[in-house]
Amino acid sequence: MSHTTQNTHTLQFVPGAEFKRRAAEVVANPFLRKSFRGAMDFLMAKRAAQFPDPELLERQRSLAEHIRRYSLSRLPQLLEQLEANLVKNGVKVHWAETPDEANAIILDICRRHDTKLMVKGKSMVSEEVELNHAMHDAGIDALESDMGEYIVQLAGEKPSHIIMPAIHKTKQQIAELFAEKVPGVSYTEDVDALIQIGRDVLRKKFMEAEVGLSGVNFAVAETGTLCLVENEGNGRMCTTVPNVHIAITGIEKVVEKLEHVVPLYGLLTRSATGQAITTYFNVITGPRRAGEKDGPQEMHLVLVDNGRTQAFADEQMRQTLQCIRCGACMNHCPVYTRIGGHAYGTTYPGPIGEIISPHMMGLAATHVLPGASTLCGACGEVCPVKIPIPDLLIRLREEATHDAKPGHAPLVGQGAGKTAFASLAYKGFAFLYSRPALYRLFAWTATRFRFLTPAKQAGWTDSRTPLKPAAKSLRDLLAERRR
Amino acid sequence: MSARDNILAKLRAGATHTTAPAPLNPDAAIAEHYASLPRTPKEQLAQEFAEKITAWHAEVHRVPRGQWVDKLKEVVAAKGIRNLLYAPATTHGRALEAAGIQGLKPYDRPIDEWKQALFENVDAAITGTRGAIAETGTMIVWPDASEPRTMSLVPPIHIALVDEDSVVPTLYDAIVQQKWTDGLPTNALLVTGPSKTADIQQTLAYGAHGPKELVVLLLTGEAL
Ligand code: SF4
Repeated sequence: MSHTTQNTHTLQFVPGAEFKRRAAEVVANPFLRKSFRGAMDFLMAKRAAQFPDPELLERQRSLAEHIRRYSLSRLPQLLEQLEANLVKNGVKVHWAETPDEANAIILDICRRHDTKLMVKGKSMVSEEVELNHAMHDAGIDALESDMGEYIVQLAGEKPSHIIMPAIHKTKQQIAELFAEKVPGVSYTEDVDALIQIGRDVLRKKFMEAEVGLSGVNFAVAETGTLCLVENEGNGRMCTTVPNVHIAITGIEKVVEKLEHVVPLYGLLTRSATGQAITTYFNVITGPRRAGEKDGPQEMHLVLVDNGRTQAFADEQMRQTLQCIRCGACMNHCPVYTRIGGHAYGTTYPGPIGEIISPHMMGLAATHVLPGASTLCGACGEVCPVKIPIPDLLIRLREEATHDAKPGHAPLVGQGAGKTAFASLAYKGFAFLYSRPALYRLFAWTATRFRFLTPAKQAGWTDSRTPLKPAAKSLRDLLAERRR
Repeated sequence: MSARDNILAKLRAGATHTTAPAPLNPDAAIAEHYASLPRTPKEQLAQEFAEKITAWHAEVHRVPRGQWVDKLKEVVAAKGIRNLLYAPATTHGRALEAAGIQGLKPYDRPIDEWKQALFENVDAAITGTRGAIAETGTMIVWPDASEPRTMSLVPPIHIALVDEDSVVPTLYDAIVQQKWTDGLPTNALLVTGPSKTADIQQTLAYGAHGPKELVVLLLTGEAL
């Protein structure tokens, strides 16, 4: 079945480069604007309905933050404990520092099982390492089975939202896509019929696939357990029906105890889609045991770093790793709502993407992203684990345009957003403002000769109106008033 | 050095860049939080569970403990279920065999020997549960060697037996009271309604990949 994976090469993540052009394109597209606005309004209203009591919400958020901070404070120990218990449960544990390493590990497992088809549950980490791409190159079909992911893959695109991957598509577009790409299907806009089409196609694939791949929402160290959150049942299919189950996750997803998962899970679903709970909460503690009649015979977990250790090494940026991937920050972001997920060019769009992508892909590729924010603060306010996203955006803007502070290890791509002109301008500014006599002279000249200010001012006027000194300086105005 | 050693070494080095005091173990804070929430009285738990799971699109039948097989026969007839998958080594499985229900199909061999038939020729499956959660209208499904995990996943209709005495207020209560961590199965599950998706234009549709229908037989009355 090659129709499902064709085009996976056409859209790779292209962070930074041409971000502004892509954003401008979406802003000029009324259909996309309407899709995103409508979807975000819907998700915001549904979330708000789950949290009628602001005082209770605040207590829940503080508790969730506490749990995540505690987990991160013991991250290396918890990872070792997780590994030991998983091994005890019969799970093979692999570690990958880079996307390439993660893909090589998974490819190796697939080859050992003569894999032609891998069915995939929703996993943002697999998107992050571009697993489908690597599988395709090795001649293995990696088929997305989450309905939204399936639609997006069929269209040769990437998800535009971490929770609702096909949020940018209308049902008419999906109807056309199915009629064109799924053999034997005629055009229908009926959502139930469209879902039934996907169900029929994918049920055959669950039966056929040698390997099932899934993400992980929470990994429990004490018991060696992986928890998966979903509504559709495709995650259960991928982790239950094929002979081999491979789970892939970032190293930050571990918590100490199963009890610690409970408050996080409650906030995750309520913050994400405004649901009190999902249809399924899948608690996996190992492959098929002797005497059991189903479940995978073999199970693997791939733990991925991909820049997370860099974020971890800095106390402030470590907070980025508290994230439970609920997507609420993007749902409430005025920039995301207007430009959609694809404009960012990264696996994780929106506010969380702006603070995590620089660690994954380096500041050279992503330095414009922390700037794609109005700093209105909505993301930080809704974040269920209280990540101070605006503070981290400011911090990353600083790191993108300056050298590392003495005693601090530079980030990958440190200072990549620095321009000679901007540095010079700031230096000149500092020089002028720290010398009162010079400053007064400057103010006197600038206000008198304001008609001479140029209409084009280097990078400033690319997207802003020109700077022009006022007719009178504040100092003059005050002096006049005192008179 | 291996990737594992590198990652752990970087994390250990990173952990030294810390000025804030280490957070306390959150166990007590979590217990306190759940204790502080308003509690549904014991006698209303089953009712709350039934209402909530009905809102999640499940069909609930309250039935006196001794009569669930008769109710099941009604459900099977009403839905035109031609074959019903069951677990022969369970108490409820034996009760079914004794009742002589038509089209009973035991799950008696590994999935690998009949995967396609399981996917294509089974209309419904009936399973027990380990309990339920009132707060969210959730069933705790606890598969094991006799009652495999695919029973609550693959057939288009899932029928589940829930004992009204087994309903607890929250997931936290379930984990603590039932001592989950003392012996987790390979795949414990929380199930809250039939499979669903809203991936096409936020429009809710049931029966995405798992069961399209969920029928709960809520067993009431004196324990037998
Ligand atoms: S940063 Fe916070 S709001 Fe955004 S996805 Fe992560 S947990 Fe959710």
